[in-house]
Amino acid sequence: MKRFTWFNAVSLTLGFAFLYIPMLILIIFSFNSSKLVTVWAGFSTKWYVYLFSNDAFIDAAWVTLKVGFISSCAATVLGTMIAYIMVRGGRFFGRGLFSSMIYAPLVMPEVITGLSLLLLFISIGLDRGVFTIILAHTTFSMCYVSVVVSSRLASFDVSIEEAALDLGCTPFDAFKSVTLPIIAPAVISGWLLAFTLSLDDLVIASFASGPSSTTLPIKIYSSVRLGVSPEINALSTIMIAIVTFGVLTTSIISKRAIKRKRLEEEQAFKNG
Amino acid sequence: MNFRKYLLILIPYSWLLLLFLVPFIIVVKMSLSDTEMAIPPYYPYFTLSEGWQGIVNFFSELDFENYIFLAEDNLYWKAYLSSLKIALISTFFTLLIGYPIAYGMANAQPEWRPTLMMIIILPFWTSFLIRIYSWMGILSQEGFLNQFLLWIGIIDQPLTILNTNVAVYIGIVYTYLPFMILPIYASLEKLDISLLEAAIDLGCNRSQSFWLITMPLSKAGVIAGCFLVFIPVLGEFVIPDLLGGADTLMIGTILWQEFFANRDWPVASAVAVVLLLLLMIPIILFQRSEQKQREAEQ
Repeated sequence: MKRFTWFNAVSLTLGFAFLYIPMLILIIFSFNSSKLVTVWAGFSTKWYVYLFSNDAFIDAAWVTLKVGFISSCAATVLGTMIAYIMVRGGRFFGRGLFSSMIYAPLVMPEVITGLSLLLLFISIGLDRGVFTIILAHTTFSMCYVSVVVSSRLASFDVSIEEAALDLGCTPFDAFKSVTLPIIAPAVISGWLLAFTLSLDDLVIASFASGPSSTTLPIKIYSSVRLGVSPEINALSTIMIAIVTFGVLTTSIISKRAIKRKRLEEEQAFKNG
Repeated sequence: MNFRKYLLILIPYSWLLLLFLVPFIIVVKMSLSDTEMAIPPYYPYFTLSEGWQGIVNFFSELDFENYIFLAEDNLYWKAYLSSLKIALISTFFTLLIGYPIAYGMANAQPEWRPTLMMIIILPFWTSFLIRIYSWMGILSQEGFLNQFLLWIGIIDQPLTILNTNVAVYIGIVYTYLPFMILPIYASLEKLDISLLEAAIDLGCNRSQSFWLITMPLSKAGVIAGCFLVFIPVLGEFVIPDLLGGADTLMIGTILWQEFFANRDWPVASAVAVVLLLLLMIPIILFQRSEQKQREAEQ
């Protein structure tokens, strides 16, 4: 029975066109020499030059990368701890509250998370700046990391871990040399997710940031509100290029790793 | 061992208590306070120097005035209702567009599926803000959509799309499409082909077998996808703010304005609490349906 019909082909083509055409137009017009973003006036890379000579954008990009890197590392550590507790921790006092605090930030509207964190920072007298954005981003992205890591933890065989403990490993050693290598792919994708969530976030960062700390999304948002501009198109193109490159490389690397593992297994099977 | 375990639990637990639960309690407290033209712009606040009497005074000053204000002011009712309406309509359109795409993916050759999946997920990794921004250039008066429609001659006057609710619907469908496609695709992929073959053997044509078998068996994915779109859209801020116009009322933008433009912290907090209560209904329904699904699979 032939399953793939012309209807399927048409809906996939139209669907992918809908997803990609807006971004393609954005990229094409970042190379437009005219200030008008809807009329083509010839090829030019001048908007990229403008962009790189604009200190405000460079500073914002730097703040964003700093926040993204620190918060995603912290979120990965905390999120992995949460996943380990939830999957292996058994029963403990306040587990119900704990698990609802992990899932609540995933469905909480960003405006509410942002507002509540801002009110906290004000009431404890913490000056808003890079540090408070890092705290805010770590808090919501650790929940995403824990979801990614716990699904991997739940699917692997506990007996390997128990064997390590029986053979004299301390729980920490067993975690480090047995559990961690097995869950490593999930930990890495958790980190990537946390990093992109942080780079992307506008709403929570707007609440948590002070006047001296502007992230790239805040900067983009404030200039986009005034209308479309070719500089923002150039910036968007760079960001899209980086993400596409990153996602494609990680997927190719992980595909190769799976292939290599399969080959090794086949080899071992033949030899054994 | 036990001591270590509790230490391991204590770190993330106290982090979440301090940066998730406590801030939320502060929001609830703030929603019961009064607005003041002062710094900080609300009353009352804790003063530990007055001791026990200070705490008693603090609690006696809290009231539901802001909630009464919200209930009496038409703007907030309209905003809540209009958020619900926008979320419902855009979820419907996301389903309408997302289902055929998921169906096409599930029907494709198995070796093609990872690539198709990648094509769907890739936009999801790129910046949300940029994806919404890309529509501003398309939907404006002199934008590409109007240029295209004028060129093929469907219209002879440019349409006003940007800064209307239509633009908001387009923006929501565009950004939330992957959330709809992925769960539907997951449930369609699990579908046993022999059921469809049996239906055809028994005399069904393709469309009958689709409506009688494929559609009911992908219900779980459709429900999950609808909730995954509906819940976050209800509190959406960026899309209505950038693509919507003066007539676009959404509770997320109201909250933002109350806080940043009006500097009315207590009212903004009350809006947040009501929004959260409103969200509880779909979230609980979603959890129930997920639970039912899990029980059915066992």
